[in-house]
Amino acid sequence: MMPPIARILPCGTRLHLQHGPIDLIIGAEGERTVAFDAAQARFGTVLKELVAELPLLRMPIQGVAPEPVGRIARRMDHATRALRASFITPMAAVAGAVADTILTAMCDAAILRRAYVNNSGDIALHLCPGQSYVSAILDHQGNDLGRIEITHSDGIGGIATSGRHGRSLSLGIADSVTVLARTSAQADAAATLIANAVDLPGHSGISRQPANHLQPDSDLGARLAVTHCAPLSLAETDAGLQAGHRRALEMEQSGHIISAALFLQGESRLVGQTGFNAPHRTRLHA
Amino acid sequence: MAVERVTPEKIRCDACPVMCFIAEGKAGACDRYANHNGDLVRLDALTIIENTRHKLVPFLKDSSAEDWNGDIIQGNRPFVTAVGAGTTYPDYKPAPFIVSQEIDGIDMVTVVTEGIFSYCGVKVKIDTDRHIGHERDVVRVGGEPVGHVMTSEYGSKMLSLGGVEHLTAGSKKEGRVTCDALLRLCNREPVEMVIGDEDPPTTVVVEAGKPPVVNGVEEKLMRVGCGSATIGMFPKQWVGHVDEVVVVDDHITGVLSEHQTGKMLDVPPTGIKIKGRRSTPGRYFQVARPGTGWGGTDIEDPLTILGPFNPKIAWPGLSLLMVSTTGEQYGYFELDADLVPRAAAIPARLKDSANLIAENCEPSVCSVLFMGGAGGSLRAGVTENPVRLTRSVKESLTFVSCGGAEAYVWPGGGITVMVDVIDMPTGSFGYVPTPALVAPIEFTMRVADYGTLGGHMTEIKQLSSLVSDDLRKVAQVESQPDPMDRTNYRWAKERR
Repeated sequence: MMPPIARILPCGTRLHLQHGPIDLIIGAEGERTVAFDAAQARFGTVLKELVAELPLLRMPIQGVAPEPVGRIARRMDHATRALRASFITPMAAVAGAVADTILTAMCDAAILRRAYVNNSGDIALHLCPGQSYVSAILDHQGNDLGRIEITHSDGIGGIATSGRHGRSLSLGIADSVTVLARTSAQADAAATLIANAVDLPGHSGISRQPANHLQPDSDLGARLAVTHCAPLSLAETDAGLQAGHRRALEMEQSGHIISAALFLQGESRLVGQTGFNAPHRTRLHA
Repeated sequence: MAVERVTPEKIRCDACPVMCFIAEGKAGACDRYANHNGDLVRLDALTIIENTRHKLVPFLKDSSAEDWNGDIIQGNRPFVTAVGAGTTYPDYKPAPFIVSQEIDGIDMVTVVTEGIFSYCGVKVKIDTDRHIGHERDVVRVGGEPVGHVMTSEYGSKMLSLGGVEHLTAGSKKEGRVTCDALLRLCNREPVEMVIGDEDPPTTVVVEAGKPPVVNGVEEKLMRVGCGSATIGMFPKQWVGHVDEVVVVDDHITGVLSEHQTGKMLDVPPTGIKIKGRRSTPGRYFQVARPGTGWGGTDIEDPLTILGPFNPKIAWPGLSLLMVSTTGEQYGYFELDADLVPRAAAIPARLKDSANLIAENCEPSVCSVLFMGGAGGSLRAGVTENPVRLTRSVKESLTFVSCGGAEAYVWPGGGITVMVDVIDMPTGSFGYVPTPALVAPIEFTMRVADYGTLGGHMTEIKQLSSLVSDDLRKVAQVESQPDPMDRTNYRWAKERR
């Protein structure tokens, strides 16, 4: 069994923590050493805590579903329970909840101007007044989709992306959906559901397979995960995005998310203006 | 790594507490471990070449972040090879490891992938004069044709094995046997091949870096030159000590007294008569049939290539040295009263000359060069715009290596590379049942150039993020350039 691993990246200022499927890249400005020590200490048991309740965390949340007891698991439960009108399991928020947990441990231990915990794309963010954070959004092929620029006053503590080209299976056809929310766990859960909602049910160009055929342990069970999506016409792309847009709008209005950007085959939709900037294109000279 | 078998097609991974069930052909939740035919395999067991006194420095649990300079491998500049990188077949996904590392202030990217080469084969150079088959003879392994004899080169025979015609165009068995033979040759294992349709055919055992074994006899020396060249190289050893020298060679047999060299040194005519076809003075073709005897001929008794001496010129007591192109065989003769050569005790000085020839011969080895084409699909793992990679290679902006060994890139279209398997880490090659060989290939370039050619920029990982305890680390082969050395690149020259 491989133990948790901690190392400082070559830049000398970022910490990499890895255990099993969890990969965290952590940055901190302020009392960095103290913060990194705290992050590393908290990380030691993260996977163990989650695995202890894994069967429960993989079950769909329904009205009377039992609540988990672990602190990370409770963050997951809290972020997903609010969205249980659709099929959802606490696992939809696992990456974000781990990022939130480590960020909280750092902020509790050290005085930090700016800090982030990037859990394979799901990011927990801490900004003091006057501080800002900029991130580029690229699609799975490296094309520039724009910038996320966040300041303290935006109230955004989490960025998450979900879609077909990520590590988890998706029930929808979105190439990617990036969500900004108060916490990373909330953003993670919302991005999963919005990406699932971008869909064209019954379209012949979309291939699907039972999720548990692809990943025996998938929390999606026998639900059909999208394995391929043929090139779509502009009208079809619009229709697919529209379904996701509606779901994102509901979440924005009910306060689950602050903003979202949806991408499908070169087309996009924005919900809420905060944080997203238009693509910044560069020209290639071959 | 213990693996609990759950059902025939699923395994349980115990690499971390998640304990994923992994279906055949799939990876676990971490994307690091996968089920390959029921075996748990690590997908990122890359091989890293370390080019100086690098040692791995682990991140100590209690050390503070500030006293760490950030280099996982101190001394720096290890090179990640594609050995063990895993492939991304089918090809539209980015190469599994796109590694970046700063070298002399320039961000370098190495795109690392194990390519599946359907168009591939090996060129074998066998240092021997012995006859192993005629040009175009079929080379068989296990009864199946896997290639053919190419042109003879200076002191060596060439074979061309594999290629798409044998891998996929023949019978299923032919493809399988060819793939297996190529795999063993590339992984430096011995392969026995039977050449030609003569009876009996020639059997050759080829192993990269080792002497060939021809019909059960291990070859020792590569000839110093053809018979004519040998005459030109060693006349000082002979003139004044022997009247005539014949260097027996299947290709060009040399005769001292008739040769230009002898004329220059005033060696008188001896009336010798060589069977075979005279080319220019002192140079004879086809003195015998090709074989595994003297100088690559089929003869064991050198006198059989001589006709009667011309009685008008020759004289009783005339001394004659006959020697092969490797100096391994030699004979000393003197003409009797009837001008018939009779074997006699060889004077020490002449024996030394044969030894001198042998001494100047290099050891005979087999060289195995892997040759393959990085086609459209492999290039797509590097860039969205594959032809730009081709152009970048041709313009010397991108350096191509295979397992860290410099690859020769053929001119013309595509990226057709050739690399000596001896320079690569052992066990670099694998196969897929298609059948095709799996070989490592790396493309190294500046980050800026990678961006220009449409590279998968978001997939770039810092080298240090790949380093882990189960990485295989090998020393750099001294004869090989550092793929990341600036002098490999056109831009380094432009700057000066």
